[in-house]
Amino acid sequence: MAFGWLPGALGDIAHGAATTILLIAVTTLAGTLLSILGAAGRRNGPVLLKRAIACYVEVMRNTPFLVQLFFIFFGLPSLGVRLDPLLAAMLAMTLNMAAYTIEIVGAGLDAVPGGQTEAALALGLRPRQVFVKIVLPQALKIIYPALTSQIVIMMLESAVVSQIAVRELTYEADMLQARTFRSFETYFVVTLVYLALSMALRRLLMSGGRRALGAGVS
Amino acid sequence: MIEFTFWDIVRNLLLAARWTVLLSLAAFIGGGIVGMIVLFFRIAKNKWSRRVASGYIALFQGTPLLMQLFLMFFGLPMLGLRIEPWTAAALGLTFFASAYLAEIWRSGVAALPLGQWDAGASLGLHYLQELRLIILPQAFSITRAPTVGFLVQLIKSTALTSIIGFEELVRTSNAINNATFEPFKVYGLVALIFFVMCFPLTQYARRLEKQAAAR
Repeated sequence: MAFGWLPGALGDIAHGAATTILLIAVTTLAGTLLSILGAAGRRNGPVLLKRAIACYVEVMRNTPFLVQLFFIFFGLPSLGVRLDPLLAAMLAMTLNMAAYTIEIVGAGLDAVPGGQTEAALALGLRPRQVFVKIVLPQALKIIYPALTSQIVIMMLESAVVSQIAVRELTYEADMLQARTFRSFETYFVVTLVYLALSMALRRLLMSGGRRALGAGVS
Repeated sequence: MIEFTFWDIVRNLLLAARWTVLLSLAAFIGGGIVGMIVLFFRIAKNKWSRRVASGYIALFQGTPLLMQLFLMFFGLPMLGLRIEPWTAAALGLTFFASAYLAEIWRSGVAALPLGQWDAGASLGLHYLQELRLIILPQAFSITRAPTVGFLVQLIKSTALTSIIGFEELVRTSNAINNATFEPFKVYGLVALIFFVMCFPLTQYARRLEKQAAAR
């Protein structure tokens, strides 16, 4: 074990970690938004849309993320859609996360008592207002812990996008170990960075959720 | 240059899928055995044993599987063990699975009413008998759905072992893609093969879940 290379590598590791954080931030926002739309569409949309969303969820949940990533990055160009690695990674992560969070958000929507909708409609709110102002906030509060876990899982999964040469944390680790020939030590340090990131992310989401959604978020 | 027909691609992918299945089974069985040991520590009466076990679980659930595989692949040779991708993949996935399975089963143990332990003790059973005859059978039976769900996750996770050089489905598909330049078809087929393996299990887990909810 030798860590003499570490001081010189801190910049690269920090840069990689920043890209990982960027990836997960974009994925969280886009994925949550998409899953709210998906869950709402699965409950209230036309039959065809409902079926399409159900199919999408099943396909994404029953295939590996790595294969989805390769399909998007290597496969789509043959349809004329060429994506830059970072964009392809963001797209793949968002689509993958949405498949899981559509189920989570849907469970939250189901858990809000129907009386809430009826009461809001009786007060004269339009259906869209009922969804956005009454049902959704309560649903998000219920599912927030599950959503947090999914976001952390997605952050750990993002290590895989190094395979299409996105310069995130794992990619920087690959480059470092090729330069230093200290494979184990490099991956050991980067694993600790991931551990710290996942613990910090979980804590940040929990305290942020408590502030945004009010008490009751555990 | 060799020409690949569609059936050549399918045949080669299916042959490679054997290794994916085999690795999944090895990791699930190995993970089950190690997971049992972790579970014993996790629910032991000794506070330190519980802490060590939850630290073990948190470590594996808080780091990327890819890193765990790399550490296995590059770390074991440092201990003087010659290691093939196959061994690193199987060991890495075994430890990964053990942490998740131990946590799933622990939740089953925690869900049992404390009266079960008291009843066992009042029948004169000692700790191990109590676990074997009363607690674990019930804990396993109520966690059957998440256990099957985790098996699906494990099958999908075997894709990552392609990165440390194990010749399973995804690595073979990369090689085929490099020869045929038909990524859309090749990765589409790989996704289909994974889907065929995972979807029945997902449905089975869902049925178990419904049964458990009905009870």
